[in-house]
Amino acid sequence: MLIYFLQRLVSVIPVALGVSLICFMLVHIAPGDPLTAVMPVDATAEQQAEMRAAYGFDKPLPVQFVLWLGNALTGDLGTSIASGRPVADEVMRAVGNSLILAFFASAIGFPLGILFGFLAGTYKNGVVDKVITGIAIAGVSVPNYWLGMVLVVIFSVSLGWLPSMGAGPGGSTEWAWDWEHLRFIILPAITLAAVPMGIVTRTVRALVADIRSNDFVTALYAKGLMSRHVVAHVIRNAAPTALSVVGIQLGYLLGGSILIETVFNWPGTGFLLSNAIFQRDLPLLQGTILVLALFFVVTNLLVDLAQPLIDPRIRRT
Amino acid sequence: MTEALVDIRNLNVRFHGARTVHAVNGLDLSLKPGEVLTILGESGSGKSVTLKALLRLLPEKRTAISGAMTVDGIDVMSLKGRALADYRGGTTSMIFQEPMLALDPVYTIGEQIAEAVCRHKGISRSAGMDVALDMLKKVRIPSPERRLKNYPHEMSGGMRQRAMIALALSCRPKLLLADEPTTALDATVQIQVLLLLRELQKEFGMGIIFVTHDIGVAVEISDRIAVMYAGTLIETGTTREIIRDARHPYTRGLLAANLHDVTPGTRLEAIPGAPPALDARPTACSFAPRCPEAGPVCSAALPPVLTPGAGRRVVCVPKADRFAGATSAAPAVNA
Repeated sequence: MLIYFLQRLVSVIPVALGVSLICFMLVHIAPGDPLTAVMPVDATAEQQAEMRAAYGFDKPLPVQFVLWLGNALTGDLGTSIASGRPVADEVMRAVGNSLILAFFASAIGFPLGILFGFLAGTYKNGVVDKVITGIAIAGVSVPNYWLGMVLVVIFSVSLGWLPSMGAGPGGSTEWAWDWEHLRFIILPAITLAAVPMGIVTRTVRALVADIRSNDFVTALYAKGLMSRHVVAHVIRNAAPTALSVVGIQLGYLLGGSILIETVFNWPGTGFLLSNAIFQRDLPLLQGTILVLALFFVVTNLLVDLAQPLIDPRIRRT
Repeated sequence: MTEALVDIRNLNVRFHGARTVHAVNGLDLSLKPGEVLTILGESGSGKSVTLKALLRLLPEKRTAISGAMTVDGIDVMSLKGRALADYRGGTTSMIFQEPMLALDPVYTIGEQIAEAVCRHKGISRSAGMDVALDMLKKVRIPSPERRLKNYPHEMSGGMRQRAMIALALSCRPKLLLADEPTTALDATVQIQVLLLLRELQKEFGMGIIFVTHDIGVAVEISDRIAVMYAGTLIETGTTREIIRDARHPYTRGLLAANLHDVTPGTRLEAIPGAPPALDARPTACSFAPRCPEAGPVCSAALPPVLTPGAGRRVVCVPKADRFAGATSAAPAVNA
């Protein structure tokens, strides 16, 4: 067990290193000069070179990468070209907001998805299954920015119950746990939850139906168990796979959604990312992508660590 | 004569789906307490379906069962809900062909046995674990204390089947249904498991209905043999009678198709043709198209039931009548 945990922990290091390299390279592969956005149109060649040296863009790429990585390890992700503020601060504030949104979306999407999937898988091909499968397919297929706008039209414009954009009253970006702030998160959280809910529903449905078709379920009935006892067995068998699907979806949620955060003006990482892209803010872009990618690595690690606690078959080293 | 432990009268099982399958047709079977009966037949002959019907394990929506089944005085057909669950595993239990698939992979062996015991005897979990340990000792699993905490994937095939037997016998059933329990095991382990089953049968005094396609296994374990073909029981008798004096051409074909005393390089005896489709309820002898001795009468009407001796049953047209214009109802001694 301990060896398994250590192996998993160590295996994260090369993955994280690779991720950071890709983050760094991606931005450099994209066409365009990052400095055009901040430089005056009539800047002389000397001024351009000076600017380039100030941001470190004059050095060879490998050197730039090592410097960037070294700084990143100490928590310094550089300075935003557009705002002049440290990237780490900007990213952390946005991450905080995205986390809050992800938390609410998870609280809506995962329990609902697991419950729906369980019901549909248990009563496969019945009426319940057909209705739930319909909802799940809609959740996955409907473009979520469209769903967001429809919700805004219904609940903000027509009914006037909930605010349509922002993260708090008066354009505040500081989160607080009160109704005034909660009102702002309801619509984006529902919108964000739709896709993971659909995916989790469909996965759990297939999983439960598959488990139920196993011989051992017949054998459980054969030894005299009632349906409610058998359900407990099905849950324990479904848990490891369901957990890993939830883990991957959680990774997506934590990353924030560019489209949804843009529709609702939610000051999270997605919103930050889209600004960084449009303003060609290279350090901000690199920093944001790196933090998001590391989120993925860490959630997958946590899922990997949790799985053997549930499934004895993974416990072997 | 003692009261029968199992009494099946005119059991019919049909599956509905894309097409209808007549899996079991008019099956009559009885078993005395402590008796071991083997249902012998090839794949798709309806032998496993008969066992599942006895435990009411067939999917209810897609299955139509008719007839009467009594086990230890319980009317199996009328059982519902809790009474059905009490009957399953309590009065009648079952061991399956593939123990790897029939055991829950994420529960320990001990938990799975204790669960059944707690369910039927209403005792505490720790008392259930004690019974489980006791059962593992009874099926002679080495170091049972450690094995109790093992998961199915941590055991060998033979060990798993022993654990499955321990599970099935943990609530002291009066009837054990064994669905090809040795088919998935290799030959040496097969013998060990068979010997163990026979020993436990004597110790516990339960009746066993054993299903197999392997005549060698059938002879090894059973008091009586019932031969099944295309959903119908075609011949029943004691093991000795079936081996020495098989009456039905199909049974004789099965006995001829073995590997004993065969010179290497010579062609093996086989029954020509393939079993019929089960789309419709048979109106004539199902074996007639493959039968080397069949006459026009065999494919014209259902064959009569002959009783050449006490407890013997052969469903076949008597030889003398096979080419006659009409079937004689008189049972012939030489079928």
